[in-house]
Amino acid sequence: MADTVAGLPVQHAEKSFYQQSTNKYSGILSWLLTTDHKRIGIMYLAAIGFFFFVGAVIGLLMRLELIAPGRQIMDAQTYNSFFTLHGVIMIFLFIIPGLPAIFGNFFLPIQIGARDVAFPRLNLLSWYIYMIGAALVLVSLFLPGGPIDTGWTFYIPYSVRSTTNVSMAIFAAFVLGFSSILTGINFVTTTHRLRAPGMSFFKMPLFVWATYATAWIQIIATPVIGITILLVIIERLFGVGIFDPALGGDPILFQHMFWIYSHPAVYIMILPAMGVVSEIIPTFARRTIFGYKAIAMSSLAIAFVGYLVWAHHMFTSGMSDTARWIFSLLTFIVALPSGVKIFNWVATMYKGSIDPQPPFLWVMNFIFLFSIGGLTGLVLGSLATNIHLHDTYFVVAHFHYVMFGGTGTIFFAAMHYWFPKMFGKMYNIKLARIAVLLFFVGFNLLYFPKFIMGYMGMPRRYYDYLPQFEALQEISTVGSWIVVGTLFFILGYLIHALLKGKKATSNPWGGVTLEWHIASPPSMENFAEIPTVTREPYDFSQLKEMKNE
Amino acid sequence: MNSYTDAAVHHVHRDDAGAKMGMWLFLFTEVLLFGGMFLVYAVYRYQHPDQFRLAAMELNTGIGTLNTIILLTSSLTMALSIASLQKGNRFLSMTMLSVTLLFALMFMVNKYFEWSAKFSHGIYPGSPELVNKPNGEILFFGLYYVMTGLHALHVLVGMIILTFMFVFIKRNKVTSENYVKLDNSGLYWHLVDLIWIFLFPLFYLIQ
Repeated sequence: MADTVAGLPVQHAEKSFYQQSTNKYSGILSWLLTTDHKRIGIMYLAAIGFFFFVGAVIGLLMRLELIAPGRQIMDAQTYNSFFTLHGVIMIFLFIIPGLPAIFGNFFLPIQIGARDVAFPRLNLLSWYIYMIGAALVLVSLFLPGGPIDTGWTFYIPYSVRSTTNVSMAIFAAFVLGFSSILTGINFVTTTHRLRAPGMSFFKMPLFVWATYATAWIQIIATPVIGITILLVIIERLFGVGIFDPALGGDPILFQHMFWIYSHPAVYIMILPAMGVVSEIIPTFARRTIFGYKAIAMSSLAIAFVGYLVWAHHMFTSGMSDTARWIFSLLTFIVALPSGVKIFNWVATMYKGSIDPQPPFLWVMNFIFLFSIGGLTGLVLGSLATNIHLHDTYFVVAHFHYVMFGGTGTIFFAAMHYWFPKMFGKMYNIKLARIAVLLFFVGFNLLYFPKFIMGYMGMPRRYYDYLPQFEALQEISTVGSWIVVGTLFFILGYLIHALLKGKKATSNPWGGVTLEWHIASPPSMENFAEIPTVTREPYDFSQLKEMKNE
Repeated sequence: MNSYTDAAVHHVHRDDAGAKMGMWLFLFTEVLLFGGMFLVYAVYRYQHPDQFRLAAMELNTGIGTLNTIILLTSSLTMALSIASLQKGNRFLSMTMLSVTLLFALMFMVNKYFEWSAKFSHGIYPGSPELVNKPNGEILFFGLYYVMTGLHALHVLVGMIILTFMFVFIKRNKVTSENYVKLDNSGLYWHLVDLIWIFLFPLFYLIQ
């Protein structure tokens, strides 16, 4: 079953990257000092996966507290810390680095036919910086003063006044941002410099396009949160007055600077996910992607327009009416490129030969949940409805549909799509299909009632609530049990597959991008010879010859 | 896992153009980092134009001008260091690098005297003297300390990098054939200079 890469036979006797390291060490050091982008990707997977479960369990405990009015399992201050930590962990430790750092690291070089990223040592450094940031978050929990309680948005003036360990926790966000910037620089340079011969920009797989656009946002937006966080820390330490209203500072300026990063960050989270969708749909519909250039360009359009909509988080903060309607208009415009993608994906499936394997089912899940999340985003982007819904559960439901239902779902899709390639093992397809269904049910039970509660006026971040919300809160809590249960279920069968699973073939799904031309798991150098690319990225006519050889 | 070693198989990859591209991207993030501060400065200057002018009169334009000249000259010596190495003159390159470091040190010493003079006048964040001043002046000095402080931090980091380069040239790790590290350090040094070029008029000259 020898594959070919552009006519050159691949040695299947070659050792996989698990068996061959880039340094002279063996065992754990061969991992901790590796410069292999695949090993670094796996190391990110371990770390990010761990924090995802930590964040999920915190969310579970919060839902448990909210199962009935009044105190259940924790006091109000603990609850404040919990919703802050849930946000900080899920956003800075899971969803921002998630797809680019794990799957981008692993597959971006392979998909453009490279042996590694442009700066392999910098890549390892990014991982260490990520781990330092994560350690700082954890340490800040146990120092005197107690865990941060400001909410993940760190709004001034409370973040200056709070006596909890705000400085250390937000310094962790600064450090994590640095890791994000270095990864972004690495990916942009890799995409420009290391494409295989024949791999022109418009022959790149769409996951590469999406990761490339994401890397640009990481470079452009992250420094702004960096300086904002530094200013808050300086404000807390020295009281310079830049954000302190008592000394002439302007808290709304803080909000602007915070969202100048944190809105584009939303697209750092979602763009790579959209790239994964553009990979999975053609593979399982056995059709070339519809509107390749439109999808590629819409990624760049999202990256660009997404930079100009930040103030829609601040419609009730006190801005001029002119500023508000301009930002509202821009918010509607940024929905267009997302729409372009959705329509192109659906058009790709039309008359395709659809094979509903688990990754594809996750993508269907995504399209449904993300559409709800996206459309309710328009409700929030309109000025009049925003005034009513601002800071309610409606917002919470909206961004969980977009982030968890969108990026989170695609995280699982990517996991199921590339698991055989990354680990060389196949998981139980039947269990994986059940997991998608369970997740879908649990997710909607968990978050849909929040739309209704938000519409009824339930404010976000409240520890207690009025009796009329009790039924909906209960449904939501039950949903959280199903979702977290499903997460552990997925973890269980993936670990089982890792230990006892069947060996995966090099191309279990019938994909045609470059990673499916090489062994599962790949060799340390990815390609024995750098391939020469002659075909379009989703040209399925080559599938037959790939199988025959 | 039976990891096994074969470093020889791994191709040594060298891409100078790629390395420079990465450096430019990094400098871009630095510009944006300071850009955030310039934005804050612009907003507050717009809100308190008179108090900003008043506060700026307290800064020593002479010492600021001196530091500008020092930093600009150090950029020249940095460029000369790179050019000498490209032409194969290691000794001149190292000399020029040392002169650059010397200029950087002079800049920091001036900065030290400038700041301590301010401190002795009771002008520092949170000081009773400053807190009693109008908001615009508090903000001006807050920004002055934060922006020039962050810039000084960059000068310090630059000095560390240049010291490393000196050692690299000495040990023939950076040579006339392979000088992209020195080139990139030069880019960084010019950026430090460039940011000062903007800080100088904003704080010292607009009075």
